[in-house]
Amino acid sequence: MAGLPADDVLAERLRCGDQDAFALLLDGWSGGMLRVARSFVSTEESAAEVVQETWLAVIEGIERFEGRSSLKTWVYRILTNRAKRRGFREHKVVPMSSVDDSGPTVDPSRFRSAGDPFPGHWWDFPPAWPSPEQGLLGGEVRERLNEALAELPERQRLVVVLRDVEGRPYDEVCELLGITAANQRVLLHRARAFLRGKLEKYYLREGEVS
Amino acid sequence: MSPLDCREFVEKVTSYLEGELSTAAEQDFVDHLALCDGCERYLEQMCLTTASLADLPADSISTDARSALLNAFRARRS
Repeated sequence: MAGLPADDVLAERLRCGDQDAFALLLDGWSGGMLRVARSFVSTEESAAEVVQETWLAVIEGIERFEGRSSLKTWVYRILTNRAKRRGFREHKVVPMSSVDDSGPTVDPSRFRSAGDPFPGHWWDFPPAWPSPEQGLLGGEVRERLNEALAELPERQRLVVVLRDVEGRPYDEVCELLGITAANQRVLLHRARAFLRGKLEKYYLREGEVS
Repeated sequence: MSPLDCREFVEKVTSYLEGELSTAAEQDFVDHLALCDGCERYLEQMCLTTASLADLPADSISTDARSALLNAFRARRS
């Protein structure tokens, strides 16, 4: 988020009881934190409680922030720990270690088969999407994207939410979810390919492709 | 013809975007990209999907929760 002071300055202001600084973080980060929490727990209410608990832990424990990670990483660590515990209590277990996500991410029937002169190449190119305004998708499409996120398997959703929606760095996501770099890449790829496929289906349905 | 086919290309997109391909594999990827309009489009759409995720509107916590937290901050910190 633009306009936030440096981490050490922020942390010091929080320690000194600067309410404006706290409100700035609260308003800037809570939305993203809710989205992340929701990927771990069963209900909206639980997610909201996890975010609430996290902020209370931040208020209590800001002295323990030593600046070895970014402040946001520190807060997200508290958040994911609490969300995981909560998810576990709600019997919503997200197995982070098993790799059950294998196989191609694009329907194999879209590629030419072994007997063809060009095996493994597209039968038909992916249809072109309407040109987005300002390089991004319109409101309606973003809504579809939001819905598609909810359909992802949990582990894929967690990775793509942290990386692409929240913009958290690679190594932080490995740490927060307790996964290897290779595992993260597989999950991220599958999630992105699934979401791209959903958008393609949406455009085909709307007859907006060429 | 590059040694990479389209079916393989689409599975390497994220590794490419993350900068994790070896020099040789990246060269194969880029070579294929230069020759194949279908894969170029696929890559663009993956990038657009990814960029649009960063642009999704976030929810916010309830106003009650917000004031409760501000109160808690005041009580504990000032």
